[in-house]
Amino acid sequence: MIEFDDVSIRYEPEADDILTGVDLTIAEGEFVLVVGGTGSGKSTLLSSINGLVPHFTGGVLRGDVRVDGRSTRDHRPRDLADIVGVVPQDPLASFVTDTVEEELAYTMECLGLAPAVMRRRVEETLDLLGLEELRNRPLRTLSGGQRQRAAIGAVLTAHPRILVLDEPTSALDPGAAEEVLAALHRLVHDLGITVVMAEHRLERVVQYADRVIELGGPGQALAIGEPTAIMATAHIAPPVVHLGRVAGWHPTPITIRDARRQADTLRTLLTGQVPTIRAVPDAGSSPVASIDDLQIHHGPVLALRDVDLHVDRGDIVALMGRNGAGKSTLLHTLVGGLAPSRGSVNVDGMDPSGLAGPELLTRVGLVPQEPADLLEAATVAAECAASDRDAGCEPGTTRAIVALLAPEVTDPTHPRDLSEGQRLLLALAIILAARPRLICLDEPTRGLDYPTKARLATILTDLAEAGHAIVLATHDVELAAEVAGRVVILADGEVVADGPTSQVVTSSPMFAPQVSKVLSPQPWLTVGQVQRALDNLEGTA
Amino acid sequence: MTTITGQVSATDRPRTYPGEARWLHPMAWWSWAIALAIAASVTTNPLLLIGIVVVAALVVDRRKPQAPWARSFAFFLRIAVLIVIIRVLAQILFGAPTGTLAVLSMPALTLPDWFAGVRLGGTVMLEPLLQSVYDGLRLAAIIVAIGAAGSLASPARVLKSVPAAVYEVGVSVVVASTFLPQLVADVSRVRANRRLRGRREKGVRALAGTMMPVLHSAMDRSITLAAAMDSRGYGRTADRSTGDRLRTGVALLAGIVAIVVGVFFLLGTASRDWENWGLAIVALGVISAAASLAFAGRRSTRTRYRPNNWHRADLWTLGCGAFTAIAFSAAARLDPVGMATSTQPPVWPSLPVLAVVGLVVAALPAYFTPVPPKDER
Repeated sequence: MIEFDDVSIRYEPEADDILTGVDLTIAEGEFVLVVGGTGSGKSTLLSSINGLVPHFTGGVLRGDVRVDGRSTRDHRPRDLADIVGVVPQDPLASFVTDTVEEELAYTMECLGLAPAVMRRRVEETLDLLGLEELRNRPLRTLSGGQRQRAAIGAVLTAHPRILVLDEPTSALDPGAAEEVLAALHRLVHDLGITVVMAEHRLERVVQYADRVIELGGPGQALAIGEPTAIMATAHIAPPVVHLGRVAGWHPTPITIRDARRQADTLRTLLTGQVPTIRAVPDAGSSPVASIDDLQIHHGPVLALRDVDLHVDRGDIVALMGRNGAGKSTLLHTLVGGLAPSRGSVNVDGMDPSGLAGPELLTRVGLVPQEPADLLEAATVAAECAASDRDAGCEPGTTRAIVALLAPEVTDPTHPRDLSEGQRLLLALAIILAARPRLICLDEPTRGLDYPTKARLATILTDLAEAGHAIVLATHDVELAAEVAGRVVILADGEVVADGPTSQVVTSSPMFAPQVSKVLSPQPWLTVGQVQRALDNLEGTA
Repeated sequence: MTTITGQVSATDRPRTYPGEARWLHPMAWWSWAIALAIAASVTTNPLLLIGIVVVAALVVDRRKPQAPWARSFAFFLRIAVLIVIIRVLAQILFGAPTGTLAVLSMPALTLPDWFAGVRLGGTVMLEPLLQSVYDGLRLAAIIVAIGAAGSLASPARVLKSVPAAVYEVGVSVVVASTFLPQLVADVSRVRANRRLRGRREKGVRALAGTMMPVLHSAMDRSITLAAAMDSRGYGRTADRSTGDRLRTGVALLAGIVAIVVGVFFLLGTASRDWENWGLAIVALGVISAAASLAFAGRRSTRTRYRPNNWHRADLWTLGCGAFTAIAFSAAARLDPVGMATSTQPPVWPSLPVLAVVGLVVAALPAYFTPVPPKDER
């Protein structure tokens, strides 16, 4: 169905190849997962399938990409719209019309299908993806999972034989991700559609794939094979695979089921051991931040109600819950950006809403969902200098923190040219310049690969040990399990659970990390904990 | 395809039922609104102009859909108020004191001769002041009428009705119209986030700071959208020869030029002779433009999903608008004094019966048109 014939791609004639010598055949009806670190060329590979690379993006493509026998050399993306359906990373930015039903019809209109055919296919697709209830809804009012399903439906109505998806679940909460993946699974099995998908959150998707393509990065060969074969050696792998490696299981487990069937001996071995928990520094007499009986209105909507939250020195608190449950609202309240209609917010003895400048920055800092929103200078150096001025600290402070968090970032780079992870770390460094007592992060792991995520986890743990209090809103259960001492779950603006991570996340399958699912009822959450316990055993034996 | 031919007719013209929620044809709303604007343009009677604003507001209030773009009406109302205020202020500051009734006296400042001897301030007379209020009201009423169309008919639904030949232009307009609210949202988000860097300053400096991230995200969004549209088949057209394209283009351009020239004759001259010529040229232009659009449209391979259809209520809406425009124009000929309220000397505006009937008719669509479908939000 898709053939790559010795394909090399570069964006500038003088630059290095992004992809080199790709030889690849994807058969009809296959579900192929593309994995690789940031900048390894995942998006480039996906976009070359329908000819967006190089027709739309520019650049040089050597070799030949053929889709259903048509070469992208002489077929533009629009000429392949009836075979390849592309679902971009941010569905909202790619919607052309304004309601669900019209969006579903748009591709068919472009293809010139007869009105009766269009009508029938729209109805079928609404049913297939469970969008019937939403047909008249404006696209902007949909939740994340609904948007993603509408975007899939919008290309599906053209009856493409191939579906290309770029990180369809990375911005979604676990429930919405399940919803989207279940829909995809159904398409592959019921309709025999060929699916090519890139995703960082392997723990969510790898079990669905027939084959995995691992991209090593510029200049390196790619590997393709069965998920178990690729995952056995991949640099980028979900926790269950790492657990398999630590425990020495063969074949490498890629699903919870695989792992559980081999986990008996490990569980016996671990009986009597307790997970090591990060030592929390002395909490001090009063909490760094406290929220009491908080109520926030967004216009007529009650965004938060009766919220109580106390964060001590050295605490890392993970806020979890659906998209729109009020996580971001709570964070913005903590930095004083939103005025409560009832209740009080107190950070380091002050109400943050009245503060500005160094007064505010030394108390609380927030890395917003789009770290780029904080950045406004044209170079990293200028950004750091501005940050020193804002925080009223010694020139060079921010630059020193950047060097610590992201040593590879160079001064003259434009912040927009940084990778997603580097930009996040730059924004974090800017926040840290004033040494705020409370640090908030909104969805820090969106679009981060495992190595960057691991780096972030280490940074956060170090900060907590140094006495900062941290609150992070996240959909990433693995990150929460890794770093957070406490998890607060919000639903519909209310706190529905608040307690130690090990208790809260294990009590619901939706929020349980993979290691916990494999080793339950034992209280293990992360591969690191298991590793340390095994090392201990070895040391004593 | 044979099995579905029966359905084609069914979907092409779905039946409607009384009381059923459906979208009125967007062109019905637009022509109704344009007719209101025409009516506003022929009068300076403040009561009638306020009447037009009230009618527009009433219809919008009763028939606007619950969608984000429908909220723009309030924005147009604000613009309208601003227009009146600016017009009056300009009159107070720069206007010539022609009149006899002084309302306010301010110190005057006459600029030197090399600055055209413009006079600032001075005594404000009632007559020119009233005239400026009426002029401002007229422009405000036109703006409000157009704003009403904008919130009654979604820009995207209007796009569905434009001729296939100008579809490309229509798409850019619609994309721009969805882009603006997004840009506004971006600006407020970025401004809120400036707090996070401890900034409090407002004004030009703050604006410069917000521009960068806002423009960047707008840029990113447009690239994403363009790529998405390309991958979804936008711009697939049947092969057309360059000659064909050139001929349609020239015919369309000639048609538009003819319409403009004709309208100029119609409006710009007093002589009946020229008016007739003007009419003829406009007619020729319309035919030429329509023919080229139809010809070009035949070449497009696009089809339309659930196209808008004209039903009875839609036609009645169009008719109500047309009636109002005609009633106002007729009143302007029959009762020029009533329609153009005198300010020299100032009199209390009268109410020409024909125009009032026109206003009442213009308000009828608020009651007989179907309600728009409800969204869940």
